[in-house]
This record gives sequence, C-alpha cells and structure tokens, in this order.
Amino acid sequence: MPTTDPIEKINKMTTRLQREASKDSLMLNMGPSHPAMHGTIRIMLELDGERILNSEVEVGYLHRGFEKTCENKTYFNLLPYTDRMNYVSPLINNLGYVMTMEKMLGVEVPEKAQYIRVIMSELSRISDHLTCIAAMAMECGAFTILLYKMKAREFIWNVFEQTTGARMTTSYIRIGGVKSDLHPDYEDVLNTAIDETRKVLKDISGLLDKNKIFLNRTRDIAVVTPETAINYGWTGPCLRSTGVYYDLRKSFPYLIYDQMDFDVPLGERGDNFDRYMVRMKEMEQSLRIIEQAMKKIPKSAAQTMANVMEPAEAIKASREKKVEKRIKLSPNLEGSEQDKYQDIFTKNKKIIVPPKEDTYSSIEGLISHFKFFMNEHGIRPPKGEVYFSVEGGNGELGYYIVSDGTDKPYRLHVRAPCFHVMAALEEMIHGHYVADVIPTFGSVNMIGGELDR
Amino acid sequence: MEKKKIIDELKQAFPEKIKDTSSEFGDDAVTIDKDILLDFVQFLRKKPHEYTMLLDLTCMDYLGKEPRFEMVYLLLSMTGKHRLKIKIPLPEKDASIQSLASIWKNANWLEREVYDMFGIRFIGHPDLRRLFMYDGFEGYPLRKDYPLRKCQPRIRLRK
Repeated sequence: MPTTDPIEKINKMTTRLQREASKDSLMLNMGPSHPAMHGTIRIMLELDGERILNSEVEVGYLHRGFEKTCENKTYFNLLPYTDRMNYVSPLINNLGYVMTMEKMLGVEVPEKAQYIRVIMSELSRISDHLTCIAAMAMECGAFTILLYKMKAREFIWNVFEQTTGARMTTSYIRIGGVKSDLHPDYEDVLNTAIDETRKVLKDISGLLDKNKIFLNRTRDIAVVTPETAINYGWTGPCLRSTGVYYDLRKSFPYLIYDQMDFDVPLGERGDNFDRYMVRMKEMEQSLRIIEQAMKKIPKSAAQTMANVMEPAEAIKASREKKVEKRIKLSPNLEGSEQDKYQDIFTKNKKIIVPPKEDTYSSIEGLISHFKFFMNEHGIRPPKGEVYFSVEGGNGELGYYIVSDGTDKPYRLHVRAPCFHVMAALEEMIHGHYVADVIPTFGSVNMIGGELDR
Repeated sequence: MEKKKIIDELKQAFPEKIKDTSSEFGDDAVTIDKDILLDFVQFLRKKPHEYTMLLDLTCMDYLGKEPRFEMVYLLLSMTGKHRLKIKIPLPEKDASIQSLASIWKNANWLEREVYDMFGIRFIGHPDLRRLFMYDGFEGYPLRKDYPLRKCQPRIRLRK
C-alpha cells in the first residue's frame, strides 16, 4: 500500500546525513560493531580529509523494550531488569527504582540499611568511573591504565560479591531495605578495596595527568560550554566538567548524604580532559564518603555472630545430637535472615519478602509468602504518578512511575543520563578529526543498556 | 514555599489556560492547553524562575480514556532547586504538538523517542524519524494496544 503520510515518506528515505551531504566529501561509517564503540552504536561521518564536517549518531541497537517489559511485570519482579540498564553500576540503578517506589509507598528505611545503600552506591560510582576512564585511556593507547583499573575494580567487586552474592547483576537493594546484612568480615574486604583503589588512582594520576600524548588527545577537544551542557540536559560528571555546580547528593539530598562531608569537584573548560579529571576527583570523594559511612554505620541490633559454629562442624555435631548453636553462614544466603530484618528492612510487612525461616516452618509464613508473590497481590502502591532521581554514575538517573493501583506499573519511564549526553555527541565532534571521536566518545561514558533501554 | 509560589504565579500569568494543578507525592504538576506550550516554557525559562533544563519528556497512553495521550515535560530549575512537571492531554485524533527542539537541544532526541514509541507528531521538529526502532517497523510499541509479544519481520539487508 503506498504511503501518503509525509513523515512515513521520510522514514523510507535514507539517513539525514546522506540527504545533507555534499557530493565530494567522504562518507565513513563507524560501528555498530567497532571496537571503540562500547556496546553498539553507530556514528556516520561526513569527512573532508580527516576533518569531520557533519555526523549522525544512530542508537537503538541495544533496545530491549525495558519500559514495555516493566509494564507487564509486578513491582517486585521488575527489579532485576533495572540491573541491566547501567550494567557497570547496577546498585545505583536498583537504588533509583527502589527509592521511587518508597516515595510512592511512603516507607521509612532503617538507618543501617541507609548506610549500606550509601556505601554500595558509592562503590558502584567508583566502578563506573573506573570503567569509563579505563576504556577511554585504552583507546588512546594506554593499555596499562585499563589493566590497573580493572585490578582496582576487581577489589571493589569482591565487596559486591561478598555482600550481595553477585558481581554484576546484583538486585540487592530491595523495596523497603536491602536484601541482606553486611558480611561480618566486610570491613577487611572493603578496606582492601579502598587501599587498592587509592593506590591505583595515584598510579593513574602519575601516568596520565601530565602525559603529553594523553593531553594532546584530550585537552581542548570537544569543548562544551555550560550553556550548551544545560541546554542538552546534561547532568552528573559531564555537566560538572563544564563548571556547573549541580549534584543531586547536594541539591536534593537523599538517604544520609546530608550528613556526609564531601566536595563536588568541578572542571573549568568542559573538554575531554576535564571530564577525565572530574571523574578521577569524584572517585576520591566517593572513597571519603565510604570511609565516613564505615565509621558511622550503626551496629546490628541482633546478636547474630556471637557464639557461632562453622558449617562443617555443625554437620558433624548434628550426627550426635541436635545442634543448638547458630551456624556461621553468609548473610546473603537465604534462610538466615530473620534476625537481621529489623536492621535492614522497614517494619511495613506488606512490602517485603517474608523471611525464609517463616515460609518453611509455619503455615502463616507460607501464606504470607504466597500473598506476596501471587498475581494481583504483593506490592500495590496507591494510584498516582511519581518522579524520583538519584545521582547515578553518569548523572541524574530518574524513574517516572505511574501506578493505577494494581500490582504492575501502568507506565514506567527512565530518565537515562547518558541519553542526553549522547544527544550532544554530534555537536561535540563537529570540526574535529576522526581520531578525536574516540577519546570524546570514551569520555562521556556511553552505556548501551541505559541509553537504549 | 517555592512550589506554592510558582504555581500561583503561573495561574496569574496564564489565567484560564491552566486546567489543573497538583502536588502528588510532593511533585508539583500543572496541566495546560497544548496551544500555549511554547509561551509557557519560555516564561518559565526566564528569570526569576530559570527552569533552564529540560530533564525529561515522555508520553502516557491512557487507552480507553478521552483524551487518550498525555505528554509529560519535566523541567528543572537549578537555582531554585525545584522540578516542575507540565502535563498536556492530547486526543487520539489529533495526536500532535509543538516541538521544543528549537528551545532545548535534547528535545530533538527525546521527541524522536516519543514519536517512535507512541506515534505523537511534533510540529516543527527538524528531523522526525524513529530513534530506537528501525525504519519500516510498523506500529508504536509503547502504546497499550501493541501486544507485548508481537513479532515483526527482521529487516532485509539492503542490496
């Protein structure tokens, strides 16, 4: 059937770049399968020699219908999908969604859970920035940086693994609290991670800050003015690199960030180097926040770890008689959480998963378990719409949820920070060389899962 | 304090054009007519309000209700530390609205996304094409009447 709609006609035509390009310039295609296009994104370039005259960014290769899927999942079940948005800092994605729901439900979270959330989201921020700078530096030829940063990230992910039971797709922060308490030995692992990250940051600073090759490729390349950045809706490190003071942790404080002492590093010029520098400085501030939180974190109300038995010992002893002592288990194992619920979960029983001890040992527990997971039951927020945002690795990560009173969101929309940054890429690389695309693209930290959703 | 002030001021500046105001869960929202959108955001962008950032732009599909669609604009004032939500109902028969691409540059992509997902037409948009889905994709996936598991043929390679 022939189409008469003018917009449909444009759709049938070629890309904007091809329509606008002059006849004697060279067209070059970068991506979607290109080693420097982290994930999948396509940049089409119109070149005069090596200079970029015009460009077009094509996104959507990683579109998985996140928002549509969420409309068909219950509020509890869609949590794992949020992990897969910004897969380098899944915990902040969890946090954003969960806090939006808590705003809607009007839930207070215990203080200890708030501290755990802050520690986890700051660690995620560091892992996000590490990954960004690692990739950026590697593409400029500094492969050492990548290896160093990955080393530091491993130590951070050890903390994640110990606390959440997973390294990347954590689903740890739950509506009403966090999934499990911190491990009794978490301080050792966390201190190692902090020390190792400090060392790596110092090494990287020494290698890159005054490195002529790196400076030549990043200084005064892709300069963005504060006005342009605001006009594009930039947030996070990219906005701050242009010198605009805007950090959600300061402007709209959530959790316990208002009790923490930290600075917001700003850039001056808004070029690639400033974006690198702001990220480096921010990691140091995140480490500061973690150290303060470690000192201030309240002790567990439950005496859980005194007088415990190793699992192997307990099995041996159980052959003789019933074991009365507690068995030493990792807190993120299911079946050992009941005592800790008071520290890590809200008192509102309707919105949290009942502890497994109850589910397996009493009929009421089993009923409440089914009531939580059954269709049309479980978490049902009041009717209405709500927006809440947290400071993600890339900037303001906002969730916009519309509830119609059932157990599934009527609509869930995500304000992805790097969407707005990527929208500016065409303007940023305009007039530069082909080689400048790579560090520019690296410095904005495009995350495909978050961009395309 | 701030939120009460801004809504009252808007009511004074645009009498009879503001259909509804609300503060659900502490989020301030105003519902306006679609014909004053450009004037409205220009008013908010200026001093003393300085809603200089377009945080987000999206659409709702209330299938079965009239008007069916609702555009949602989220503005941020960094000086006033305040977010304001603008809602504009759109009927299904005339699902079109003025584009904001001339005011905010990120509106270009955001509106392309909404066009892609909901089929809303933006008047004055420089390059209204699909953003995430491929050319030749039929239908608008985030509309409520688009089935969750509908399959469409993969695109054929160009010869």
